[in-house]
This record gives sequence, structure tokens and C-alpha cells, in this order.
Amino acid sequence: MSQFLSKHNSVRPTRRRFLVGAGVTTAGLAVGYRLVLAASDIAQTTTAKVQANPFQTYVEITKGNRIIIYSSQFEMGQGSYFGIATLVMEELDGDWAQVDVVGGYGNTALYGNLAWGGAAQATGGSTSMSSSWERYRKAGAAARALLVAAAAQRWDVPAGEIKVASGVVSHASGMQARYGDLAEAAAGMPVPDDVPLKPRDKWAQIGSDSLKRYDSAGKTNGAQTYTIDLMMEGLQTAVMIHPPKFGAEIESFDATKAKALDGIVDVVQTPRGIAVVGRDTWTALKGRDLVEVTWNEEKAEGRGTAEIMAEYNKAADDLGAATARDDGNTPAAFASAEKIIEGHYEFPYLVHASIEPLNAAARINEDGTIDVWGGHQMPDLYQAAAAQVGGTTPDKVRLHVMKTGGSFGRRAVLDADVIIEAVSTARALGRGKPVKVQWTRENDMRGGRYRPAYVHAVKAGLDKKGNVVALHDHIVGQSVLGGSTSAAMIKNGIDPTSVEGATNLPYAIPNLKVELTTTDVNIPVLWWRSVGSTHTAYAVETLIDELAAAANRDPVDFRLSMLGHHPRHAAVLKVAAEKAGWDKPLPEGRFRGVALHESLSTYVADVVEITLNDENGFKVDRVVCAVDCGTAINPDQIRAQMEGGIGFGLGAILQEELTLKGGVVDQENYDTYTPLRIEQMPRVEVHIVPSEEPPTGVGEPGVPPIGPAVANALRAATGKTIRKLPIIKNMSGMTP
Amino acid sequence: MVAFTLNGEARTLDVDPEMPLLWAVRDVIGLTGTKFGCGLAQCGACTVHVNGMPTRSCQTAVGDIEGASITTIEGVSGKIGETVQAVWAEFDVPQCGYCQSGQIMSAVALLTETPKPSDDDIDSAMSGNLCRCATYHRIRAAIHETANRLET
Repeated sequence: MSQFLSKHNSVRPTRRRFLVGAGVTTAGLAVGYRLVLAASDIAQTTTAKVQANPFQTYVEITKGNRIIIYSSQFEMGQGSYFGIATLVMEELDGDWAQVDVVGGYGNTALYGNLAWGGAAQATGGSTSMSSSWERYRKAGAAARALLVAAAAQRWDVPAGEIKVASGVVSHASGMQARYGDLAEAAAGMPVPDDVPLKPRDKWAQIGSDSLKRYDSAGKTNGAQTYTIDLMMEGLQTAVMIHPPKFGAEIESFDATKAKALDGIVDVVQTPRGIAVVGRDTWTALKGRDLVEVTWNEEKAEGRGTAEIMAEYNKAADDLGAATARDDGNTPAAFASAEKIIEGHYEFPYLVHASIEPLNAAARINEDGTIDVWGGHQMPDLYQAAAAQVGGTTPDKVRLHVMKTGGSFGRRAVLDADVIIEAVSTARALGRGKPVKVQWTRENDMRGGRYRPAYVHAVKAGLDKKGNVVALHDHIVGQSVLGGSTSAAMIKNGIDPTSVEGATNLPYAIPNLKVELTTTDVNIPVLWWRSVGSTHTAYAVETLIDELAAAANRDPVDFRLSMLGHHPRHAAVLKVAAEKAGWDKPLPEGRFRGVALHESLSTYVADVVEITLNDENGFKVDRVVCAVDCGTAINPDQIRAQMEGGIGFGLGAILQEELTLKGGVVDQENYDTYTPLRIEQMPRVEVHIVPSEEPPTGVGEPGVPPIGPAVANALRAATGKTIRKLPIIKNMSGMTP
Repeated sequence: MVAFTLNGEARTLDVDPEMPLLWAVRDVIGLTGTKFGCGLAQCGACTVHVNGMPTRSCQTAVGDIEGASITTIEGVSGKIGETVQAVWAEFDVPQCGYCQSGQIMSAVALLTETPKPSDDDIDSAMSGNLCRCATYHRIRAAIHETANRLET
């Protein structure tokens, strides 16, 4: 969701002053005191009002000495909570053993995503670290300053003589206190006008290679809980019946048999399907089999992917509906080109397929307020959606931001799908009756919100010297933003998420044209880890490689010769090539490929090695990855995201594909939709290019280069570029 | 009524004998470390040990576990299990963590059977456990490291 909110009009609010207030928490029977560290733009807020909303905070230090960090950014495995905690702890000098991070919500002034101008709280586009970089360091620094001031007053010593280490404040006189001991007094200290941040050479946490995630142990013993694990008094489980085709509507349904089953609580219609509510999941599933539904398919999408792709291929040869970039004069350049390479690329629909199937829980309380538990990747939007379905106002909706078993974009859905289902089911059950809506794998696979299918018609020309003189890319497919609350982002017919990665091509090509034709297909689509770059990088980087071969040039040198104005691209490419031993010969039967791509302001180059095998197949043995994401906050997590992004992207280009026939999705489960498994995972080495630039993200940018790098290795082996994905299904007949 | 041992304790369950062990453990007994991912023995998130064998609990009916000894992630104990868990955390293997209970149950079973597994042994023993975050690289490394530590 890179440009979900424009990064071009981002504001950088100054956060120079911090509001401090003492607030009372009611965690169990304990009463604690909190430091409320708020942005200057709400500095006029009264302390009383802050106390009324216990979520208006970044850092809370309890009397019991816990450090609770309220994260604006959602944790879905990518390590945003750890990253934000690292920023706070760098300045706070606290004790990591005391840290917990929870999801904040309900205050856009505090939690709005600064990378997108701050207008909404949302996680995506790999912006968590860039949005948090100043905000959370300042919060940590302010908390530390107040704790030191409190100690100085209590001990009657100059603040400058006080030392802080691992959450313990001390003075040479022998006085010593834990943060928790000082929290109450600190909350009453005058707030410093500005809080200086540590200079780079004093950092102990940021950039530390030995710092480990604070949340790993709970993920090894079953202690970490997700939405599916919720337990509370009276909780029922609901399973969903969704329309068999996208756009079909419920004509009527008969739940008599289901309701007769012991343990079935109710069967209710929601705006998105039928919820079968039972005392446990198994009972609800058995009840679901007994519901008879008649569907009205008049408005349903009836096409299959074969028809859709045929239409796209035809449209791709026509003029584009809109032009996203037009440098020079491509038709003239093609007319005088010495050699032309052209063809169509085909990209299938892809599923996020997180292992925790979609879910959410809701309860309408006796006082009319609503509690909603779930993977709240877009809290402002979900709060508003829950209020609307629940018949109340957003301030009456309390969100519980749960950890989630993956997202890859799927938990950031603009129509708040599973939230709507949970709240409307809870409303139908009545006040005081919590319900958890739990999708099955089949619901998840057939529930829509896919990476759109695309066709690219590409054409590129070389001159006599082997220089790329022109490149034309016509992209055909659905718009992720179209029809959504972010549709305003579409300018002049261009959804930027459809063309990103092609329009910002770094190579010096004098005549470059990118066109877009947005299609009208009633299959719900969504951002999918690295969004537009999932297909543009593949098309562009395999094409560039083919051009290098046609020009009889080395693929690395060829790229470097066109990157004079893009030193960060060039640097990662050089590092990957050097670390991979690009110039060294390979054993018989082994081949290399390279690809380079910047997405979301992070630069990644991959060099892969593949081995052909007897069954006319191949194995990816090794990937050497170089990444420049600006200042490295958690180096080991950068490596983890590159490793994971490579595995995620590799599965997609090798063997993932969602198809439909007559409007019905063919795949239902992991037996037919097949993410990467361990035996297919290559050895991965990640090299982080040192940088003092501001940090950018790593959750998504590891995905785009792996596909074209593998395809380029296959072309090195066979002389053919695979232009139709997934690779394994479409490589039959290729021979070395 | 089915009687069995769960994490070393004697238990009885009075539920539909067709109920998968997964849902019985999670919804009836209340141990939620064992995860639901597919319901079709395709993802391995629900892996438990039945008499020491790694087993997909989503495809194991409660009616079939009479007298069996079941271990879930909450009941992992002993030198192998504890070393696996410690190394897993030390290597920061998990990302979202959702599949990791199943990964660990499969890894413990592998190391119990094969104390010094090769990459191929790991690949074949762990192939049934999907990780959508693709933490496979670290899973392999963590299993090798555990084997090394257990050897000394």
C-alpha cells in the first residue's frame, strides 16, 4: 500500500514539546502512574482529558517498573514492535526485561503514519520505521529526562551528576532507584522544551547486531496468543458461509437443520455472508454444513481466469488507457533501433495465505460500547467501520490490537471485511455476548482480496552500440485503489500502485513510456507484499537481462552502465555481485542470475545460483542479497526480512497461482495453492550496505528481486525468458 | 468418553468422537498453543506428538486417541525439547510465530529420532510444516545448532 496516502504531500510536524500528565491505570487492582508523552499538536489537551483516554500515550512506566510502549504500527511478524521498542530504549536506557509493546489506537494526532502525512493510523508500505524514527526516540528521551529530573529533586543533587543504566537511576552518593520508583514523581516534573537525541556514535541499541527480539521466547512455547486464541466468559465461535462467486447475494437461506444441532447458538445474516454460531469451532463447522442457501448470482462475476487473461492480452496490444510516464519519443526510437525485443508477460492472481486464517471477535457491551479484537492493521478505519455496523460512534469502540499470524497486506483491508462480520454477528446475538468469527482456510483462499492478475506488453530497443534506446511497458490489470476509500489517490487514470517499479525505473533510457489500462473485473483485489513491484520488477528486470544478452554484455556491467545517477542502486548491485563471486566460474550445471530493484525507498539486489536437474527442473541453491535501507536499526531483523521476503517471493514466482472457472475459485487449500516449503528454500546470505541515511523499511522490499533473479538464471541456463508465471507450470519444454 | 494422557496428566473427554483433537485441545481443554491453519493436514501448524510421533491433530479424531499419550507445545520438556526452544529464541527464528509451535513439535521429533540430522533429513522431516514468513533458513540453522549442543 505504498501510496495509500501520498508520500509526496507528507508533512513533518515538529514534535518539540511533550505533554506530561499523571494518569491512573487500572490494571487489575494495581494503581500505577503514567508518563504521557504526547505530540505538540495536542499540547493544548488538558491533563483531565488525557486521563480520560488511557490510550493517549507512547510510553508508560508503571509503578511496578514495567515499560509499556504503545505502538502506532501493527505487528504482523515483521518486527515493527521490536523496532519501535529499540528506538524508545535507545533513548530511555531502560531494562529490556521490563519491556512490553501493545498496539495503540484512537488518536490520529499521536499515531497517524508520518510517512503518509500523519492523516491516518495505518501500517503498510514498509513505513513503520520511517514514521517512528523521530517520534519514538523523542518519547524515550523525554521519559528519561523526566525520570532523571525526578531523581535529582528527590535526592537534591544536580541532574548532570545522575547516571542511568538498564532502568536504574543512580548517584555517586549511593542513592539508587528503579524507573518504577520514580514514575509517579516524574509525571509531575516540568517538561523540558526540547529533548536532545543521542548522537549516532553513542548508540548502543540502534544498529546492534547482538540485540535480540524481546518477543521470541513466547513464540516457542505456545504462550504468544493471537486472535484465534481469545478466551473470555461466554465467547462463542462463528464460522462463515460466503457467496460462491464474487458479487453473488443471498436470496434466501434455511437454517432449521443447523439450529436443531446441539451446540448451535444461532445462524445470522451479516452484510458479507451467513455466520453460523456455535459453542466451539467444530460444532459451528458441523452446523455450517447443514445450512441451505439459495444464491442470487445475477450480479456475480462469471468469468474465469482464462477468459480474463485472454482479454488482458488483447487489451495490452492496444493503446493504453492512460500514460504514467513518457520520456522522449519511443515510437521514433523504435523505428531507428537496431534490435527489438518484445513480448507479453502474464502474472496470475496471488493469495496472501497467512497461516492464521482471517478472524476477529466482537462484543456489544451492556452500555452500548463495543469491544473489537483482531489484527487491526488500520485502526482508525476499523474503529469507524465497527461503529457504523454496531450503530454507535467511533469513540464508543474499544479496539484490542492482537498479534497476528501473518498479514502480507491482508489485514489492511479497506472494507474491514472480517471486522464487519464480527460486529454484525455480535449485534445480532445481543448485548454482552462475545463472538469470534473464524474463517477456515477455504474461506480465506476463496475470500478474495488477491494480488491482481496483470499482463505487461513490453518492447525494448537497442542501438548499434548495444545501448538501450527505448523501453515501452503497457500494464493491464485491476486497480487496488479503485473503488476504495483511497480512490482519490488515482490521478489521471493512474493508480500508482499498479505502475510503481516501472515508472521509477532507474536506468538511463532516453525514450521510456509506461502505459496503464485499468480493467473492470469483479474479483476483489488488494495490496500484496510489495504491491506493484511484485510484477513490475519481474517484467523490467528480466527484460533488462535479455537486452544485456542481446547486446553481448555482462548483466551486472550492463546495469551499472545505466545507473550513473543512482549510486544507491549501483552500490547494492556491486555488493551483491562481489559477495556472490559474480566473476568466478561456476561448476557444471550451475547458473547465475541477478536482479536489482528499489521499492518503498529500499534498494535490494539479489544474485542467485540454480542447478538444473534431470527432471527438466531446477533448484535454487543460493541467494546473495545486498540491501540498503538507510540507517540499520535492527540488523538481524533486516536479515530476517530479506530471508523471509526471498522465500515468500520465491514461492510466488515458482508455483503460486489462483485461478477461477466460471467465476468460481479453483483453489481451496494449501494442497492446490502452494507456498514455498523448506526443501525449496535456498541458502541465503544478506549483506547490509552501511548507510547514515534515514531508515526505510524492510518488510516488503526483499520480495521483488528474487523472481527476476531466478528467471535470469534460468535464461542463462536455457536461453529462454519465462514470461508467464508461475515458472514451474510454464517451463515445460525448456531445455538447457 | 475418551481417556488419554495430555502433557503427562490423565484426562478424559466427553465430546463428539469425530471432533478433531485440534479443536478438543483448543476449544474444550483450553490449550491454544496448537494452531489451526488448514484443517487438511497440509500446513502442520496443528502438529502434536501422539505416543511420540509427530501427528496432525486436525486429522486425528478424539475417538481414536483412547489410551494415547499426547504432547502439545505446552508440554514440551526434556533436554531435546528445551534446547530446541532455547535455540529457536536465541536465533530469533519466529517472525509472526503462528506456525512455530508446529515447527518445534516436528523438530523435537526429528532430533529425538535422528540426533545429527543432515540438511536432507531436516528438509524431509520439516516439509509438512509451512511457514508463510519463510523462516526456513533459520529453522535449518536452529536444528543444526541444537544437534551440536546436544552432542556435547
